Amino acid sequence: MLATPLHDVLAAVCAWLAIGALGLLRVGSIGWATRILYPAGAIVGLGLAAIALRAIFEPAASMVLPLGLPDLPLHARLDALSAFFLLLLGAVSAGVSVYAGGYFRQTQGTPPGLICLYFHVFLASMALVMVADDAYFFMLAWETMALSSFFLVTCDHDQAEIRRAGYLYLLIAHLGAITILLCFGALLAGAGDYTFEHMRSLQPSAAWATAAFLLALLGFGAKAGIVPLHVWLPEAHPAAPSPVSALLSAVMLKTAIYGLIRVTLDLIGSPLWWWGVIALTLGLVSALGGIVFAAVQTDMKRLLAYSSIENVGLIFAGFGLTLIFHGFGMGALAALALTATLYHCLNHAFYKSLLFLCTGSVLHATRERSLGRLGGLIHRMPWVAWCALIGTIAIAGLPPSNGFASEWLLLQAFLFTPGLPHGYLNMLVPVAAAAVALTAALSGYVMVKFFGVVFLGQHREARLVEAHEAGIWERAGLAWLAAACLFLGLVPATVIGLLEPITRTLTGYGIGNLAQGWLFIAPISAERASYSPLLVFVVTALLVVAAWLLVRAFYHGRVRRAAPWGCGFPNQDARMQDSAEGFGQPVRQVFEPFFRLEQHAPAPDDARPRYSESAEDHLWYWLYLPVARGVERLTALVTLLQRGRISVYLAYSFATLLALLLFVR
Amino acid sequence: MISLSGVVAQFTELVLAVLLAPLLTGWVNQCRAWLQNKSAPPLLQPYRMLAKLFQKEVVLAHNASPLFRAAPYLIFGCLCTAAAIVPTLGTDLPLNAAADAIALVGLLALARLFTALAGMDVGTAFGSLGARREMLVGFLAEPALLMVLFTASLISNSTSLATIAETLAHKEFVIHPSLAFAGIAFTMVSLAENARIPVDNPATHLELTMIHEAMVLEYSGRHLAMIEWAVSLKLFVYSCIGLVLFLPFGIAGGGDWLGLVLALPALLAKLAAGGALLALIEMLSAKMRIFRAPEFLGTAFLLAVLAVLVHVLLER
Repeated sequence: MLATPLHDVLAAVCAWLAIGALGLLRVGSIGWATRILYPAGAIVGLGLAAIALRAIFEPAASMVLPLGLPDLPLHARLDALSAFFLLLLGAVSAGVSVYAGGYFRQTQGTPPGLICLYFHVFLASMALVMVADDAYFFMLAWETMALSSFFLVTCDHDQAEIRRAGYLYLLIAHLGAITILLCFGALLAGAGDYTFEHMRSLQPSAAWATAAFLLALLGFGAKAGIVPLHVWLPEAHPAAPSPVSALLSAVMLKTAIYGLIRVTLDLIGSPLWWWGVIALTLGLVSALGGIVFAAVQTDMKRLLAYSSIENVGLIFAGFGLTLIFHGFGMGALAALALTATLYHCLNHAFYKSLLFLCTGSVLHATRERSLGRLGGLIHRMPWVAWCALIGTIAIAGLPPSNGFASEWLLLQAFLFTPGLPHGYLNMLVPVAAAAVALTAALSGYVMVKFFGVVFLGQHREARLVEAHEAGIWERAGLAWLAAACLFLGLVPATVIGLLEPITRTLTGYGIGNLAQGWLFIAPISAERASYSPLLVFVVTALLVVAAWLLVRAFYHGRVRRAAPWGCGFPNQDARMQDSAEGFGQPVRQVFEPFFRLEQHAPAPDDARPRYSESAEDHLWYWLYLPVARGVERLTALVTLLQRGRISVYLAYSFATLLALLLFVR
Repeated sequence: MISLSGVVAQFTELVLAVLLAPLLTGWVNQCRAWLQNKSAPPLLQPYRMLAKLFQKEVVLAHNASPLFRAAPYLIFGCLCTAAAIVPTLGTDLPLNAAADAIALVGLLALARLFTALAGMDVGTAFGSLGARREMLVGFLAEPALLMVLFTASLISNSTSLATIAETLAHKEFVIHPSLAFAGIAFTMVSLAENARIPVDNPATHLELTMIHEAMVLEYSGRHLAMIEWAVSLKLFVYSCIGLVLFLPFGIAGGGDWLGLVLALPALLAKLAAGGALLALIEMLSAKMRIFRAPEFLGTAFLLAVLAVLVHVLLER
C-alpha cells in the first residue's frame, strides 16, 4: 500500500500521542518533558506542516480506519481545507512546543509529565478534528480536544479562580458540543449513515438546512468565542499556562472556524444569502465589542483574550460576506472573501500565539500579569520586546505585516459589495465596512497600550530591575513565530496561491491566478486595486536608511545623556506614567454604553484615599446570571423529589413501572 | 510596464514633497500671522529651524531605548513612502501599483504608532498622556479617512490613488453629493490628524492642552528635526490627498512630459490656496477641550459613512 499524505498525517498524530504517553514514564521529571519530549513534539509539528503543505495541492483522499465501534468505523479524509488548517496547526504548534520546552520549569498543580500528556493529546485531537470524515469521529475528536484543553487550562488547579475559569470553559464547550451534535442530526435526515460523504450527497430542504446552519453557528460560535458566547475566553486564556493560551487562542479557535466552513460550505453545500447577514452581524458585534473591552483591560492576558474575540469577529464577518456572495451566485467575490477569511485565520494564529508567548516570558521574568505593575521591560528583555513589537504591528493591522494583508483583502471584498442585487444589503454593507475600519483602528490603540505599558517607559515596580531575558528555547519559539508573521505579510501572493485549491473546491473560483506574479496581489483586476507589501517594505526601509545615512553624513552624531525633562516639575517618578486604566479611559468614555461601570471615588477628606473602577460586561447581568438563576430554580424543584428515604424511591420505581405497563404495551 | 516618465515623475515627486513640505508649513504660519495682524516670520523659517536643530547636540533621557532613537527615522520613512504614493504631479507612478489608498492609511497609521510608542518610551507623565490622546484622535480619524477614500474609490471603481485622480479629473462634470459630505469629513479629519486648531494647537506650549507636542517633548537635536520634518510632510501629504480627491485638475497623465512640467505651478498654486484656507479655518475656530474631540471626530466619521451611503443610494 502506498503511503498517502493522509497516512503521514495519521502517523504524525500517532507520534504526538506516543510522545504524550512517554511523558507518563517519568511523570515528575521536568527535564525529561522539557528537554526531550517538547522538542520532539515540535519536530512532529514541523513534519505535519510539511505534509499538509504538500497535501493542499493534491486531490482529496479518504480512508476507513480499523478503529471505532462495531459497524461504526471511523472515516478520515484529507482535502485542501483540512490540509490548510493542519498546516496552521503544525506550523504554530512547532513554535509553541519549542517555547514550551523552555517554559515549563516549575509547576504548582499538575506534574510536568501529565501536562506533557494533555498537551500532546490536545494537539493530536485538533489534528483529528480536521481529518474526521464522519459525525461520530468528529465528535469524538472534538470532545477529546475539549477535555484535554480543560485539563490544560486547570494546570494550576490549587487556585479557586482557575478552577472557576475551567468550569465555565467546560460548561460552554459542552453547550457548543450539544448544538453541534444536533446540527449533525439535522444533516443526517433520519438515515443511519454518519459519514460526511452521505451528508454531502443529500440536498436538505431550506428549513432543515437553515436549522443545521443555525445550530452550527451556535455550536462553533461557542468554541470560537463569538458574542454572546464569549465569556469563557477572557477567563480561560489567562488561567492557562502561556503556551496553552497560545494554542487555545491560535489554533483551537480556528478548529471552530474550520468546522463552520466544513458544515456550511461543504456538507450543506448551498447556503442561503441571509445566513451570511447573521454571521456578518454577529461577527461585527464581536469584533467591535471585543476590541472595546480589550482597551479597558488591566491584565495583559485578558487583553489578548478580548483581542482574540475581536479577530474571530473579523473572521466571522469575512465568512458572512462569503456566504452573502455565494448565496447570490457571485462565485469570484465569494472566493475573494473566503480567501481573506482564511488568510486572517492563518495570520491570527501566528501573531496571537507570538504575543501570548511574549506575555509568558514576561510572566516568568516578573511573576506579574497586571499591566499596572510592569513597564520598561525593553531594557531587561530586548529579545522578547522586539518580537512583541512585530506582533504588535501585525495585530494592529499595519503594513507591511501579515495582519494588514488580510484586512486589505477583507476591505477589498467589502468595496465590491455594491454590486449585490439587493437594495438593503447595499446600504448595510458600507456600514459594515465602517465597523471593520473602526475595529482595525481601535486595535491599533489597544496594541499601543499593550506594548507601551509593558515594554516602554520606566519600571513601575522597583523589583522589575531583576527581570531577566527569556531562555534560549523560549527565544527560538518566539523567533520562529515572529519570522512567520513577517514572511506571511511580505509574500501574500504565495499565501493566496495556497488558498486557491480551497476556494476552488468550495466556491468554484480562485483568485490565485489574478495575483500577478509573486510580487503583487491584485484581486479581480490590477486596475481596481493592487498591493505589494515587499515593495512598500523595501522602499520604506531604503528611505529610512537613506535618511539616517544622510543625517549622519552631514551632521555630527553627538549624544548627551541626561535626566528626562519633567516640564519643570521636580519630583516625577514611575508612578506618574500613564497606567493601564488611564490609557483605557478615553475608550471607556467614548464607548460608555458598552460597559457596566462601577466607580469608587474617595471622599475629599479621606486620610487614605483609594480609587477603584471596574468595567464589566452587561451580558453577564442580562443573559448569564438570569439563565443561571433559572437553572438553579429548576434544580431546586428536583430536590423536591429527593427525599433521601429508600421507601420513597421504591414508590417512584413502582409508579414508573405501573405507568409503563399501562401505556406501553 | 514601468515607463521612463513614470520613474522620473515618481522620483521628482518624492524629492519635491520632502523639499517642499517645510515651505508649506512656513506658508501656513505666515498666513496665520497675517490674519492675526502680527508681523509674519519669513517664509523659509522652518528650514532655518531644521538647520538649527540638526546642528544641536542630542540630549537623550537616561532610559531612552533604541526604539526611541530609531523612531524619528522610521516615522520620516513611513511619511516619505506615503508622500510618494499620492499623485501630485503625474498619475503614472510605479509605486502606485504597490500601495493603494488603504495602504496609504496604513502607512499613516504606522507612523502614528511609532510616534505614540516613542512618546511612551521615556516614561514621563506628559509623554504617555500625549500618546494616549494621539491614539484617541487616531482611532476615530483613521476610519473616517478610510471611509472618505472609500467614497472616492467607489466613484472611480478602484482603490488606486492614481486611478482615482484620473477618473475624478477626466470625467465629464457630474456633481457628486457624496463628495460634498466626504469633503467636510476630510477637512475635519485633516485638522485633527495634523494637530491643528480646533483639536490641537501646533503653537502651544501649555502642557495640559498638548497632544502632539506632549509626545515629542523628550526629543531634541537631529531627532527633533526629523520629527518636525515628518510633521511638515504629513501636512503636505494630507493636503495632496485633499487635492487628489477634490481638486484633481492639472495632474499629468502617463507619458505626458509637458503636462508634468505644467503640473508643478498648478500644484504650487493649489497648495498655496489650501494653506491659506487652513490658516483661515484655524483663525476662525477656537481650540476645544480634549473631551470634545471625540464628538468632533465622531461627527467626521458619521459624515464619511454618510458619504458612502449617499453614493450607494443616489449615485448608482
